[in-house]
Formats: sequence, C-alpha cells, structure tokens
Amino acid sequence: MVTLSDLPDQSRADRTPPTPLELKLRRQRRVSSAIRYVLLIVVGLIMVYPLLWLVGAAFKTNSEIFNSPWFWPARPTLEGFREGWETSTPYNFGHFFLNSMWIVIPKVIGTAISCTLVAYGFARFEFPGKKILFAILIATLLLPDVVTRIPQYLLFRELGWLDTYLPLFVPSWVAGDAFFVFMVIQFLRAIPREMEEAARVDGANTAQTLIFIVVPMLMPAIISVCLFQFMWTMNDFLGPLIYISSVEKYPVSIALKLSIDATEAFNWNAILSMTVLALIPSLVVFFLAQKSFIEGISTGGVKG
Amino acid sequence: MAELQLKSLEKKYGNGFKAVHGIDLEVQEGEFMVLVGPSGCAKSTTLRMIAGLETITGGEVRIGDNVVNDLVPGKRGIAMVFQNYALYPHMKVRRNLSFGLKIKRQPKDRIEAATGEVSGILEIEELLERLPKQLSGGQAQRVALGRALIKQPEVFLFDEPLSNLDAKLRASMRVRITDLHKRLRDEGRPATVVYVTHDQVEAMTMGDRICVMKDGHIMQVADPRTLYDRPANAFVGGFIGMPEMNLVPAVLTRDPDLRLTAGGQSVAVPDGLAHRLGIPDGAVTMGLRPQHLTLVAPGSDGAFDAKVVNVEFMGHEINVHARLGDAVLVAVVPTGGMGAEVSRGDLIGLRPDGARIHLFDAETGKNVSLTNHH
Repeated sequence: MVTLSDLPDQSRADRTPPTPLELKLRRQRRVSSAIRYVLLIVVGLIMVYPLLWLVGAAFKTNSEIFNSPWFWPARPTLEGFREGWETSTPYNFGHFFLNSMWIVIPKVIGTAISCTLVAYGFARFEFPGKKILFAILIATLLLPDVVTRIPQYLLFRELGWLDTYLPLFVPSWVAGDAFFVFMVIQFLRAIPREMEEAARVDGANTAQTLIFIVVPMLMPAIISVCLFQFMWTMNDFLGPLIYISSVEKYPVSIALKLSIDATEAFNWNAILSMTVLALIPSLVVFFLAQKSFIEGISTGGVKG
Repeated sequence: MAELQLKSLEKKYGNGFKAVHGIDLEVQEGEFMVLVGPSGCAKSTTLRMIAGLETITGGEVRIGDNVVNDLVPGKRGIAMVFQNYALYPHMKVRRNLSFGLKIKRQPKDRIEAATGEVSGILEIEELLERLPKQLSGGQAQRVALGRALIKQPEVFLFDEPLSNLDAKLRASMRVRITDLHKRLRDEGRPATVVYVTHDQVEAMTMGDRICVMKDGHIMQVADPRTLYDRPANAFVGGFIGMPEMNLVPAVLTRDPDLRLTAGGQSVAVPDGLAHRLGIPDGAVTMGLRPQHLTLVAPGSDGAFDAKVVNVEFMGHEINVHARLGDAVLVAVVPTGGMGAEVSRGDLIGLRPDGARIHLFDAETGKNVSLTNHH
C-alpha cells in the first residue's frame, strides 16, 4: 500500500538549502518585524487603556475605582448602572437618551438632505456669483466656532428659540455645516457627468436626475456625512449647554454632567456606567455603516 | 424618424472663444451622418448642441418641423450613446434600459415588451439582471445602444461610442451598428443618425455621408467615395485616406506646355490632369495619394526622382518613404509588385497617376483640379 509519506516530497527536493546570506537576511527581517509589532502593540495598549479602564470601572464599586489602577473589576457589580440610570432627577437616563434622539435624528436627516442639495448646486450648475458664494462657504470652514457663539445666541434668543432643540438642529437644515457640503462636493466632482446627461436625455428633469441618479451614486458620501453628524451631535456638549436650560430637556451629554453637580459625593461608578452607555449608539451606528463610511471618506478614490 | 437641420449654428463660450462658426448641415430622414475631424474641431460640441446638453448661442437646430433650440434634451426626441457608456451604475441592465420609459410614465406592459424586444435585437437578454460593473466593454456598449434604441427617438446621437473598445471589438461593433441601421431601414422605420468620431475608418465605413470638420467649420459634406476621390480642399484630402495623402508644395507653369515643379524637379503635367485645370499658373499644393504613386526607374518620364529614406513592411503592401526636396512622400506598393524590393538609400522614380492628382490652392487650400472632372 502506498501512503502519502512514500511519495517523494517534491517541494523539499526542489529547494536548495539557504545560503548563509539568505539566513542572515531572514533573521534580520524577523527581528525587525518583531520589534515593530511589539512597539505597535505597546503604543496601541497605551492609547486604548483609558477606554478599557472606563468600561471596567463602570462595573466597579465606588471605592474600588480609586484603589486600583487595574481595569478589571475585583467584584463586578451593576450597581453603578442601576444608580446611574435612575439619576438624581425625576427622569431616568432613558429619558435623556430620548432627548438626544430628538436632536440627533432631525439634525442628521436635515444635514443629509440640505448638504446634498447645496453640493449638487455647487458641483453641477453655473450661476452668477457662484465663485464668491463658494469662497464664503469655505471661509466659514476656517471660522472658529467660538466666535459665532454669541451672535448666534442673540439671534436665537430674538427668535424665542431658547430652551428648545431648534437652535441645535435648524442650522443643519439649511446646510449650515460647510464641512459636509464640501465633502459631498468633492465626492460629486469625482463622478463623471455623463450619467446625469444620459438621464437628461432620457427625459429626467433636474429633481429626477438628483433623486434617481445622483443620490444613489452619492450614497457612500451621504452615509459618511450622516455618521459624522450622528457622532458629533451625540457628543456635543457645548451646544446643549448653551441653549437648553430645563433639566427635562437635557440630552445625554449634559445629563452626564448633571450627576456630577447634583450630589456632594460623586457617584463615579454611576457616571462612568452612563458614559459607557452613551458610547453605545455611536459605536452601533458606526459598525452598521462601516463599509459605506470607509468608501465615503476615501473620497478621491471613486471609480469612474 | 425625422430629418435634422442645423442652420448657421454657433457656439460661443463666456470667455469669448468661438467653438462653432455658424455651420449649416442637413441630415436626411434615415441617413447615417458621420461628423469627423481632429480633436478640438468642435464635432462633439456640435453633437451636444443637437442633444441639448450645450446651450446654442446662435442659429438653430431643427428636428422634423420643430426648432428645438429651447427644448430640454428629454423633449427633443433624441437618444444619445456616450463614449464611456454612461450606464447608471446602481441600476441593473433592465432598469438602465427602461429608465427613459419609466420617466415618461409609460405603462408597465409596454415597458416590458420594449425591453424584451430591444434586448433581443442586441442579444443582451442574459445580461438583464446584471449591474453595469459586471459587464465587459462590448456588453456595456450594447446596453448603452439598447438604452437609446428603446426610446424610438427621432434622431440617434453617437458620441465616439467605440473609442473605449479594443481594436477587434471596435470592428465588430462597427458592423453591428451599421447592420442595425440597415435593418431598421429595411423594416420601414429608418433611423436618422448623427455619429461623431475622430477615426476616419469608422467614418468611411459607417457613414452614408460624412461631414468633415476643422476648428468649428465644416470642410466638406459628402458620401465616402466623393470625399476620397474629390476632396474639396487640402485638409479633407489629408484627413481622409490611409496613409495620409502626400501634400507637396509645387509650382504650375506654362511654357507653353503645362509643367509641375516640385523639389527642384519639373515634370510635364500628365494628360489626366491637364484638361481639368482651369486655373492660372503659380504656387499650388500638390496632393498625391500614396496608393496613386507608381514606382518606376529614376529618370523616367512624368516621374519625380526621390531617395528612399524608409521602407515599412505592412504584410500585403509596403510603404515606401522617399525624399523629394524638403518633402517626404509615401508610396504604397503591393508586396511582390513593382519596386517591392527597394531599400533605404535607393534612388527611385515616383510617377503620379495623372487622373488622380489633386492640386490645391497654395493659399486657401481649395481644390482647383475638380473642374470638368469626369
């Protein structure tokens, strides 16, 4: 009976033994990659440790948080979550999450629609004053947020919008986020016009061309815009802090701070537990849209 | 189907650049008209003005009885095939084909019937459920063709549709398109076509008539044979034909016999040419097609002596490049025929075929040897 081991080992027979130089080079390569990986792992761990600690600390007791720098809780407990969820206000944390959604959802939808419209206009149409308007749009990108805070506050106060969510999402409905407009324009510029021309020859009007042809091709960019807007709005602290004054309307970002103010001895584990919860929506949305997102931010590399 | 008319059509850009200089062109119903010219001759701009993708700054475009200057592309009764196919990347082939009909709110069963018919004609039935990125170049081009066909437009517009294909596929698509055009004509629904290309082979093989353009002017509109045999000017003579027509500065004298002098050599004007000339003496540009030059012994009557500078073996024929004065002439010699064994450095005689010499005005380039022809 012939077994596998009886067959001559072709691969080994063909191979000539490595020369000393080859061996030396191989060894050098192995050493250098070992050093590289160790370095990367160490630096990576340093970067990610605070996050790991945060998650771990959320399951620790209040006393343990300050006793041990190690992230793994000695006696895991859900006490922090329970306390944090209840909060020291009449509302539980679910209420604040819902408040956040009242801001985030209109803002994301408004941004997607308005940025696409404005970008389409800038990228595809000729109109008087286009250059100047585009320059102004880009100029607002360079403007620090802080300098517009006070005029904006006065404006919204005159409109009677204080302590409502309107100042937080209405600017996005009129393409107030120049960065997103710019991002979509860049993406659009990389898409050849022939598809739109073909649609026009096919009888589609401007709106139909936009909806049936341009938007589907822009999807990766639009999804990235939505994702960025979702995460940035979820994490926005200053905006709600300025405009929202009643606790009932607080979004998550402010509500977290609330627990610090309200009690004398801070329940750190409660705060950290809720912080962990606050991270979850962004993470979930990110991983759901990851594929399109990567395609969207690598704007230049659109295939024709 | 309808005829198409361009009347002193002009295109001037905002920066003052004039791309199209008031051209007039009439395309008959069911005619296959090819617009050809070197890059930058505004042939594509002209096509896009017909399509409505470029604004018209002067003159008018008529399709059938209607002036369509101010109509949007979708209302002009045209269909267009683009160079890079321009298929909608997110739609399957089926939806690509039917998009135009859907926009026009045609009934569903009619859309389905039309899709079936068109995909049958173009043999793309098995591709209907694919996305454009899953198609090869030739398949994508057929789908693009189908998208135009399904609309049954008054006028088909083609913008260099074959230039993204490799040479072999291009040749077969060329035949496919002309076949389709003939087939529609035979079926009693002739298609008016305007086809833009920079490739003179496409122009010559496909066009019922060809419109040669240069710098936004029409140089000549004629059927392929006329264009080749009777070019209206030196540009058309040089543009049409492979290898290019030899254009040599020469002087025409009467002392008292007609003689042509080029490169310091004087040759008696052959019979075939003399009776066609109704022009005074002076400087001309002599146009000699490589195919109409015969290799003879140096010093022969009616031939220019020239020194061979290069010999290209093409298979069935040989291109002989020979220097005459400052100019290099190309002569095409059949392999195994007379003079096929010449080599670099040889002195040869090149005898033009008198009946096929063209003389162009040295200033205007106008063909002055066309009078009394035939």
